[in-house]
Amino acid sequence: MKTEEIAKVLNAKELSAAGEHSSDKEYTMVFATDLMSDALAMIQNAPEQTVLLTGLCNAQALRTAQMLDLELIVIVRGKQPNDEIVEMGKDFGITVLTTPLTMYEACGVLYREGMRSIS
Amino acid sequence: MSVIYEKIYNVERDDYANAGLVSSLIKQSLRTIGISPAVSRRVAVAVYEAEINMIIHAYGGTITLQISDDGMIRLIAKDKGPGIPDIEKALTPGFSTASKKAMELGFGAGMGLPNIKRNADEFSIESSPAGTTLDLKFQERE
Ligand SMILES: Nc1ncnc2c1ncn2[C@@H]1O[C@H](COP(=O)(O)OP(=O)(O)OP(=O)(O)O)[C@@H](O)[C@H]1O
Ligand SMILES: [Mg+2]
Repeated sequence: MKTEEIAKVLNAKELSAAGEHSSDKEYTMVFATDLMSDALAMIQNAPEQTVLLTGLCNAQALRTAQMLDLELIVIVRGKQPNDEIVEMGKDFGITVLTTPLTMYEACGVLYREGMRSIS
Repeated sequence: MSVIYEKIYNVERDDYANAGLVSSLIKQSLRTIGISPAVSRRVAVAVYEAEINMIIHAYGGTITLQISDDGMIRLIAKDKGPGIPDIEKALTPGFSTASKKAMELGFGAGMGLPNIKRNADEFSIESSPAGTTLDLKFQERE
């Protein structure tokens, strides 16, 4: 799925857009967690195709994505990142979306759309 | 084999606001000097977990980055205590003594040390009440 499609099905708002070509990118996998060291341990392949879904709305979510070379984070449960986090997203070239859906609902919707677990 | 580059970074105790900054800087340096994305990523993940541990479990310390002429990347994360009483237990996936504050940051899964060990090509850990030292080496994998 493309960022735009993901934003649409999750009723999500885009807070920072990464690079010009980010809108052409295809994502195929999702990892959902509020614990960053689970993401750091589990996401081992194809980070450029992987979306991080998290309820953690702080700088560490962005740092984690940066270390893993992830390019798209979706923050669930309607949390609003502050300006510092939005700026970090821009600096790191990471797109940040925020959705009002719960983690469970967001996972369900993305699964229905064909997104799969990390391999 | 000799060290051709060395930089020492300070990590401050309880500096939650800047947690991960040193790891970001190290990752950027590695990419700038042309280390492959795969190796830079392994180093970044390991050093980030080590940096967070120094902030949430220890009294701060230093992280030293060394690069040798044969391409080996070495990271030494040395903190000022209080040490790890049982290293074997600490290395068990899921074991954690993380505080509420650490959990709020998104840490405390008990996955950090096992993940550092997996990402590094060589891993050694020494600990006493005076401090814990992680010595990590990374190289391109064929
Ligand atoms: N530098 C350190 N100084 C003192 N204790 C440490 C240090 N690093 C780790 N520990 C101890 O070892 C335990 C396991 O560390 P590990 O990094 O694997 O997990 P964690 O930090 O608790 O959670 P996670 O890393 O998954 O967020 C910690 O909970 C802590 O008790
Ligand atoms: Mg840890």
